[in-house]
Amino acid sequence: MGRLRTITRRSFLVGSAAIAGGVAFGTYAVRQPHANPLAEGLGSGEATFNPWVRISPDRITLITPHADIGQGAVSMQAALIAEEMDLEWGEFDTDFGQPSAAYYNTAMAGEAAPFLSTDHSFGAEATRSAMGAMFKMMGFQGTGGSSSVADSFNKLRAAGATARETLKLAASQRTGVAASELKTEGGAVLLPDGTRLPYTELAAEAAALDPVQDVPLRDPSQWRLVGKPMQRLDVVAKSTGAQLYGIDLKLDSMVHAAVRVSPRRSALVSHDATAAEGMRGVKKIVPVTNGIAVVADNTWRAMTALDQITFEWAPAPYPAEMDGHWAEVGASFTEERLDKEWRNEGDVAAGMDGDGVVEAEYRTPYLAHQPMEPLNAVALVTDEGAEIWTSHQFPRFVQQKVAAVTGHDAGQVVLHNQFGGGSFGHRLEFENITLAAEIANQMRGTPVKLTFSREEDFAQDFPRQISMARGRGRVANGRIETVDLSIASVSSSRSQMGRIGMGVPGPDGQIVAGAWNAPYALPNLRVRGYAVPELAPTSSWRSVGASSNGFYIESFIDELCHAAGTDPMEERIRLCSYDVARKVLEAAAELSGWGSDLGAGRGRGVALVESFGVPVAEVVEVTATDAGIRIDKVCVVADVGTIVDPVNFENHMQGAVVWGLGHAMNCEITYADGMAEQTNFYTHEGMRMHQCPEILVKGLENGIHPKGIGEPPVPPAAPALANAIFAATGQRLREAPFNKFVDFL
Amino acid sequence: MQLTVNGKTYEADVEDDMPLLWVLRDELGLTGVKYGCGIAQCGACTVHIDGMAVRSCQTLAGSLEPGAEITTIEGLGAPDALHAVQQAWVEHQVAQCGYCQSGQIMQAAALLDMNPEPSDEEIDLVMSGNLCRCGTYVRIRAAIHAAADKLKEA
Repeated sequence: MGRLRTITRRSFLVGSAAIAGGVAFGTYAVRQPHANPLAEGLGSGEATFNPWVRISPDRITLITPHADIGQGAVSMQAALIAEEMDLEWGEFDTDFGQPSAAYYNTAMAGEAAPFLSTDHSFGAEATRSAMGAMFKMMGFQGTGGSSSVADSFNKLRAAGATARETLKLAASQRTGVAASELKTEGGAVLLPDGTRLPYTELAAEAAALDPVQDVPLRDPSQWRLVGKPMQRLDVVAKSTGAQLYGIDLKLDSMVHAAVRVSPRRSALVSHDATAAEGMRGVKKIVPVTNGIAVVADNTWRAMTALDQITFEWAPAPYPAEMDGHWAEVGASFTEERLDKEWRNEGDVAAGMDGDGVVEAEYRTPYLAHQPMEPLNAVALVTDEGAEIWTSHQFPRFVQQKVAAVTGHDAGQVVLHNQFGGGSFGHRLEFENITLAAEIANQMRGTPVKLTFSREEDFAQDFPRQISMARGRGRVANGRIETVDLSIASVSSSRSQMGRIGMGVPGPDGQIVAGAWNAPYALPNLRVRGYAVPELAPTSSWRSVGASSNGFYIESFIDELCHAAGTDPMEERIRLCSYDVARKVLEAAAELSGWGSDLGAGRGRGVALVESFGVPVAEVVEVTATDAGIRIDKVCVVADVGTIVDPVNFENHMQGAVVWGLGHAMNCEITYADGMAEQTNFYTHEGMRMHQCPEILVKGLENGIHPKGIGEPPVPPAAPALANAIFAATGQRLREAPFNKFVDFL
Repeated sequence: MQLTVNGKTYEADVEDDMPLLWVLRDELGLTGVKYGCGIAQCGACTVHIDGMAVRSCQTLAGSLEPGAEITTIEGLGAPDALHAVQQAWVEHQVAQCGYCQSGQIMQAAALLDMNPEPSDEEIDLVMSGNLCRCGTYVRIRAAIHAAADKLKEA
């Protein structure tokens, strides 16, 4: 077992098909569930039936192990359990639980298996299954890749059903009434005579029973919660200032820390802290990896003292100026750097013969994550172990990272996961955590809260990948005949996984995600990915590769539509070979009134991108005013199979559109002298309210499997906007941010 | 120094140049007010001073007039006694991560105090200093209109 774990960990293959047949697990080992972490430390009279439900004499606690970074994961998970368990909405506590292999995420594994959504071949299904088995075996607990709904949908309803049936069994044994005669409602078992036995009163008896397994799940027609508008459990707290985030926590005798770490990701050569020593409130100035931390009696005093320290940093391990970054990307369209030819249908070479050839080159910049809550962590290290309070999407890696700093075993590290004030991929990294642990390890017994200044957060942010695409295509007889798209990108997956000691030995699917799987059937279609060697280290940024690649392919398709003289919506619908995606396009056409006359100086653009298994179509409407482009309206349609909460779905569709548009319009991270030039929101803000258009949302449910909506509406936003600007002005934007080329109101 | 926050008097031993934000958060434990940028670029730290919305990260403790009435999100309303703006925020389910919403709500409440019936353009103008990285602006606009209606009825 130990050895198998080591092997699977080391050969972890994200985005690689090579796993099929690559790792052989015995079926028994894979099926055997991980131990229930709630079983340890169960109090007297408490019951647990699975890793998600704990019942005490006075309360019901639902464990929601997927991190909540603003996407509503706690409410979603609780709703799925409560649905089958017959709990009243909100009549329970929730808890993120302790990191555990039992909370492995198989949906994330499915996403890493790179097959078209339409591909249900034996090879595709076998690989998905093998990836799932590997993630289960590894106990890979993670929140990301818009996978929380997909991972939870059956698992958590089953957890609720198991708990319900076991409680009914306990009631049956107490009363002698057959379980089949019992009903459940509002957190209680109902006897035929109307007597209510609250679950909490049955806990002790239920704890003595083997949980009832393999309970059939209810038909959707019986759902009380799922699919209906619900009030998120956190919305009142988040409207009253009562919601606590990691940054708000206060422990007895806690001290406050601020850090400065090399903005070049290099060594600290020298520093002078004389001016900071002796400042009011300063308790300690300590070294940390590549930097210095100041510990004080409040956050402001720590930050203020830190500003008095002078630093000299070693040169950056990547090109100091942007020209060097772009030169490396541009030089990567070579045989040696070909990561994989992902799609090759028809005959691209022959399809390029004749008139009507179109060529274009595109690029997208580094971007920062920068959620509103600056990264922070509270750490307490003692000789016996470590505790950490923070919001993170990979809880078990947090334990390992802290343990590596303090010298404890990972099992001696307790993570108190917190509600996160946004993430967008930021909480997949560990700098705030390892730095907090380093400081606390030098002050054992004293809790330390580390808060990044916004400037420190920008400097340490691992940005989105930069990449370029070159498209060649040909149109004939009013149709698109041939598309040949080559994308050269640094690999954010390899960069990110490298920092948790994992390789990505196969080709990286994120280099081409959103483009290679475009749901189009063309006579000739080729998509190739080229891996650019690591430049500035990068990480997953909301929708990852598709955030760039959706822009490339959907801009290029649009250029070809115009070259062919065909309508961009009609041609996409004609080409769309995936039924679920085509219906999304058709719904977007209807919602937006596609084809109606907008008048002079106005235009519509459309884009369709599938990412994380979810096709999303967006139609953007713009007006070219004398003062610049105004975005008037966006219509966005997605198909997630099953919508768990239509309100939260709408909110996230709107938010993801704002995210996608705002960054494409206004944002980039650039390096000068080896450092990110953008240090706060005034140079990298996303979108503010005055730029936010009306956003109409529609959700379809034709897809087979329930999917997440956190990321998929991001990729179509940029190309739909660029295509709309072209329609309104005739100006084609092939590079983001667009505000380098046009003004926005 | 003495501060009046949410109708209560507090004593704080702080430097004159400590921003009110950190006095409230670290010294008085009022963590509903948020640190976002430290340079008045995001609005997460918005509080009211004598009814005016201000960025507490740029308001130095020593600059407070004696007797100034400071109101934070905790003083605007409570979970069981919501202010009209908070009610609208709950009904429209504005929040995603929620981190910016204290500032958004304080800014919106001050806006409605001065302009009980703002247009979309007026809302955009006043609210554009408050950044929401989750992008909840469509709902914020709708919630402000709804809160305006509630306040008119009241």
